Amino acid sequence: MMILKILFRNAFHNKLRSGLTILGIAVAILAFGLLRTVINSWYAGVEAASTSRLVTRNAISIIFPLPISYKEKIRQIDGVKIVSYGNWFGGIYIDEKNFFANFCVEPKSYFELYPEFVLDPLQKKTFLADRKGFVAGRKLAAKYGWKLGDTVTLKGTIYTGNWDFVLRGIYHGRDETVDESQFFFHWDYLNETIKKTVPRRADQVGFYMIGVIRPDVAPDTAIAIDKAFKNSLAETLTETEKAFNQGFIAMSGAIVTAIQMVSFVVIIIIMAVVANTMAMTTRERTGDYAIMKTLGFGGKEITILIFGESLVITLTGCAIGMILTYPAAKAFGSTLANFFPTFLVSTETLYYDVVAAILIAFLAAIIPTRHAIRIRIADGLRRIG
Amino acid sequence: MAVPFSYSIRNLWKRRLTTILTVSGMALVVFVYAAVLMMATGLQKTLVETGSENNVVVVRKGSTSEVMSGIERNQASIVEMLPQVAIGADGQRLVAKELVVLIALQKRGDETTSSISNVIVRGVQVTSVPLRPQVKLVSGRMFKMGSSEVIVGNSIAKGFKGVGLQGTLNWGMRTWTVVGIFDAGNTGFSSEIWGDVDQVMQAFRRPVYSSLIFMLQDPADFIQATTTIETDPRLKLEAKRETRYYLDQSEMMAKFLRILGTSLTVIFSIGAIIGAMITMYSAVANRTAEIGTMRALGFRRRDILLAFLAESLSLGFIGGVVGLFFASFMQFITVSTVNFQTFSELAFKFTLSPGIIIEAMAFALFMGFIGGMLPALRASRMNIVDALRAA
Repeated sequence: MMILKILFRNAFHNKLRSGLTILGIAVAILAFGLLRTVINSWYAGVEAASTSRLVTRNAISIIFPLPISYKEKIRQIDGVKIVSYGNWFGGIYIDEKNFFANFCVEPKSYFELYPEFVLDPLQKKTFLADRKGFVAGRKLAAKYGWKLGDTVTLKGTIYTGNWDFVLRGIYHGRDETVDESQFFFHWDYLNETIKKTVPRRADQVGFYMIGVIRPDVAPDTAIAIDKAFKNSLAETLTETEKAFNQGFIAMSGAIVTAIQMVSFVVIIIIMAVVANTMAMTTRERTGDYAIMKTLGFGGKEITILIFGESLVITLTGCAIGMILTYPAAKAFGSTLANFFPTFLVSTETLYYDVVAAILIAFLAAIIPTRHAIRIRIADGLRRIG
Repeated sequence: MAVPFSYSIRNLWKRRLTTILTVSGMALVVFVYAAVLMMATGLQKTLVETGSENNVVVVRKGSTSEVMSGIERNQASIVEMLPQVAIGADGQRLVAKELVVLIALQKRGDETTSSISNVIVRGVQVTSVPLRPQVKLVSGRMFKMGSSEVIVGNSIAKGFKGVGLQGTLNWGMRTWTVVGIFDAGNTGFSSEIWGDVDQVMQAFRRPVYSSLIFMLQDPADFIQATTTIETDPRLKLEAKRETRYYLDQSEMMAKFLRILGTSLTVIFSIGAIIGAMITMYSAVANRTAEIGTMRALGFRRRDILLAFLAESLSLGFIGGVVGLFFASFMQFITVSTVNFQTFSELAFKFTLSPGIIIEAMAFALFMGFIGGMLPALRASRMNIVDALRAA
């Protein structure tokens, strides 16, 4: 108990300096926590993806379509339970800045495949009955103030022209990891329209979403699907939804790595600041250490004192930083809702925070401790201030 | 009389460990700031240099990239006959109808860690080459028109599997042989694969072109040419200068990087400013008697304030120089990542511009100034008698 008291007394001896250092650590831990959360959100799509859903797309690359006739062939393959399909529409709402994911899908099977998108049965019924209807996520609808029955116009980038849709349903996520900012409409609406304007692009789908009977048959089913279309004009590539999303992330790998590196840089910066504080503290207290040595305390006790003081300061800062992470993540998440549909601080991040704080405390204390232990008693006592 | 500058510098030298720690904190902040801005500048520079001021790109109205666009053959022939199109040395019209598609290729690296990325395949015509003077063959030969041969950009040849010289690629139930590697310098073309447009169209079953590129006879004709294209009811196309077209493609990503860089640095700089503040406060506290003596000698409050500010600004200056020194080495690094806007791989270099140097240095001095202001004020406000007694 005695030692703790000394540690706290020492740590807050110079209130201004300790206060500033703690503030610095709190900011650094906050930044570190936010950066880890950014990386986690990047992978949120992978985490939320199911292993019992398969994605089939054109083997050449994602921009090439597959014929709609594949649907029946896929349905006959062993292990397949539900087949749904859709296209990336890539429409723009008023301005390019208002980005959100918009797909046309075969709605009945799609919502069956995604039980995590919860839609009111009545809304679902009206949506299914209206070919021009669309369903939006709760967050998306709230962002633009869309209400049921509103007409929304998207400007097509892949399919030219202005497309009108009527909001028929607002889905919400089964839990908070579900992306509530997507836009779905009827594949039939797109297909019937382009049949008239660009008939050569009709009856094609961008991807098939396939539900398998059990997750463990997914790998074999994927291979069976690809085999069925081998050596055809449109060869397929089938993977689990998880692997598919992972592939997307991997493309922006360089940026994720950069953010990861930067999150460690902030720790190094704050390490320099804490090391500085500790160096000053021990320099000021050289006389104290000399007296302790005269009284018979050895290097071990002095080491404990300095490391302990360093720990007290970093852990206090860390605690404040961790508490601040939550409101900050909330504010950050709502401003960047476009980029990151889900933005949640994970428990893992908090563990990392504590580990980082302890690491900072120890590394910052090494050099000052060495100085304090090495100083000869006579020199220490002679030095003033 | 002002306190000599050497006083401030020698104080920093006296407490080396503290100075080094404070400077390294600031240097890291400057380094991160400069590095992210260099990335954004590099990306933008690469895409801007891809375009040429004299060339015009024609795409379907509303499409933001060539990949999304589609131009029917009959529309293409209307544009081809524009009077503003330049005529080449051999009397040929300098216009190229091209097809741009993406293919998924595996990146180099060991089997488990290497990832798949999208690479641009550009179907070109004979006239495409004189329209892009940046493109130069560095090994092998040009592909033969009408054959299943391709040439690849050097960034792709370096970064992806199976696209070296004599490598083969499979698409559209055909095997394509890489017969040449070209270098297009620091431009987006270095991240592309080129083949004969008619062959590529056949293989991908895409009976339409993606874009039309032509050189203007006279750069001033641009407005006339675009109005002709955009007002023609048969076309539904839009035309942009090639430079503008590529600049637009870099906008989103560059903006993302700049926002990321700035917000990160602002947070980091709080840490570094606090570091400078701690250092300066303790510098003032340790020198209370000294300050009293100086005041007694006749130095005024303002001189003391300036001396401590100079010390703190020097910390910022050294931090800035060290940070920029290390950031300048980043110029040797080439990154290759997917451009969100075109959804395809693009290789670019970190680029240091004078603007970044000025911004980073200003930022470093700002950190020093903010960190030193309060401690310097405290030093200047000290009472002579109290300060002298502290000794």
